[in-house]
Amino acid sequence: MNNAVLHVADVHKSFGGLRALTDIDLQVEEGTTHAIIGPNGAGKSTLLNVCIGRIAPDTGAVVFDGQVITGKKPHEINQMGVVRVFQTPEIFPELTLLQNVMVPAFAKRDGAFRLNGVQSALSQNDIREEAEHWLADVGLKEQKDLIAASLSRGDKRRLELAMGLTQHPRLLLLDEPTAGMSRHDTNSTIELLKKFKARGMTKVIIEHDMHVVFSLADRITVLAQGRIIADGTPDEVRGNPKVQEAYLGGTH
Amino acid sequence: MHASTPSRDLVYLAVFTLVVLTMPIWLEPIGAAYPNLMQRFAIYGIFAIGFNILFGMTGYLSFGHAAFLGVGSYAAVWSFKLLSMNVIPAVLFAVLVAGAFAAIIGYVSLKRSGIYFSILTLAFAQMSYNLAYSVFTPITNGETGLQLALQDPRVIDRALGIEARGIPSPGLFGVEMSGYSGFYLCAVLLILCFFLAMRIDRSPFGMVLKAIKSNQTRMGYTGFNTRPYTLTAFIISGMYAGLAGGLLAATDPLAGAERMQWTASGEVVLMTILGGAGTLVGPVIGAGVIKYFENIFSAFHEAKLHAAFAFLPDGLENVLVTITAPFVGEGWHLTLGVVFMLIVIFLPGGLMEGAQRIYGMFRRRPSAGQRAADKFQPAE
Repeated sequence: MNNAVLHVADVHKSFGGLRALTDIDLQVEEGTTHAIIGPNGAGKSTLLNVCIGRIAPDTGAVVFDGQVITGKKPHEINQMGVVRVFQTPEIFPELTLLQNVMVPAFAKRDGAFRLNGVQSALSQNDIREEAEHWLADVGLKEQKDLIAASLSRGDKRRLELAMGLTQHPRLLLLDEPTAGMSRHDTNSTIELLKKFKARGMTKVIIEHDMHVVFSLADRITVLAQGRIIADGTPDEVRGNPKVQEAYLGGTH
Repeated sequence: MHASTPSRDLVYLAVFTLVVLTMPIWLEPIGAAYPNLMQRFAIYGIFAIGFNILFGMTGYLSFGHAAFLGVGSYAAVWSFKLLSMNVIPAVLFAVLVAGAFAAIIGYVSLKRSGIYFSILTLAFAQMSYNLAYSVFTPITNGETGLQLALQDPRVIDRALGIEARGIPSPGLFGVEMSGYSGFYLCAVLLILCFFLAMRIDRSPFGMVLKAIKSNQTRMGYTGFNTRPYTLTAFIISGMYAGLAGGLLAATDPLAGAERMQWTASGEVVLMTILGGAGTLVGPVIGAGVIKYFENIFSAFHEAKLHAAFAFLPDGLENVLVTITAPFVGEGWHLTLGVVFMLIVIFLPGGLMEGAQRIYGMFRRRPSAGQRAADKFQPAE
């Protein structure tokens, strides 16, 4: 585990009396897809929120690429290459699909603010083309001039995926990327994510759908009640009695 | 929403230019074609366009924008007093001073968003208004207002040997700022300001502003530091207000603090919402409508109403006059209030939404057959 790109080191977080995360220590290796599973309320989303700087941990830290990112502002963390796709679609509802994807594409260069109108205008066409390319990848190219608010929930999820991918993240955090999607769309999303795995993008994925998890994950961490109860390859986790009791056994 | 293309924008701009420059012709029938009022239309149009960059595009509702208008006016009058009666330095000075002022107020106010931002801007504007009457009287000349005087230095004019008899009036290389020439200068600036706002709207910068309005939290997780963007929008919008204030002083070289009062700040909010916040031309229309009401409607009186209803039988005429009288003359605010309420309730997108709906109705009607054909087209 020498090439861990993300290291969540000994993180604790409580909300009032509720211990949302206890003693979380997690390493994600470069180029792998790391799934985090667990029953509802296990602290999965909280963990992602800690990673992107939305929530500050009580103790512990998150290290990305050798740098502590805990305490940095969300936009700084994003600029380093950590991109999150949200569970409830966080899009720009009043903008068109194309603009929704162009804005994050601009962020890479303009996010830290540079008022270079000429350069922006010159590169606008390149960025538009790139955005269209991502929209085509998630199957939304035909609708590119629609207002994003008019999309179905599943389509909003795919739009958000395009928004994340357009930033060429080094680490992509996916929070239930296929929730609300039809089986067909789920399968095409899996194919899309596999394509990126082949290109070496590191991903952390929270998912309830075991079909998605076992199709994509190289490694699985199981959370229950804010603690890591298992961590290993898919086969190891599948055979772990603790996991079956806490999660798989409970629902199946 | 139509995709904006450069050629469509060019047509848009050409139509806007034509409509603005022909104002003296088409305002004639509704009795508003006198230069002083048309100057006001153009100047408040600039003010509203600038306000819309902050409110309509970025989603920050400033309740203190009149402060920049006032600062621009004071700056312009000081330029007339100290430098020259030429409007170019006056207007430049007004824009720069208002921009610097906006940078300070914006820096502090933008630490908050939503209602807290609005309250902060309101507080700053009221502070400026009250200070103009008290601490800053050496600069603002207090309640009398800042006026030109015979013994003003006017260093540039004196150096060039331009010596006026009596108190000179502002001009542009000999062209007077009053009357029609003043209107056309304001109109040209209005068109330039409109063009600039259009460029901002279509640029990546404008797209970022609209994304901030749409979902500011998301912008952080998208890698944008939004503060510099909102501050830039605030400063640009303050500079527009400064230009408007400078032009007000150029057409009538007197600056008073009442221009900074909160009612004036509220007025530009009304203009923008009435016309259509977030649209390019809406705020200009809103400004025109409100200035028209203020100047024309307020001049209506009962005799005019009797004349208007003269074709009716006497009894009915008197009843109608009695009913409508409270809405005109002194009561023009009542009419404006009713119109404003109706628009906010039925057309939240302002007059522009109304125009779009009418346009949509006309476009759809002849193409009923087309719609039937569309039904059989598989959705892509």
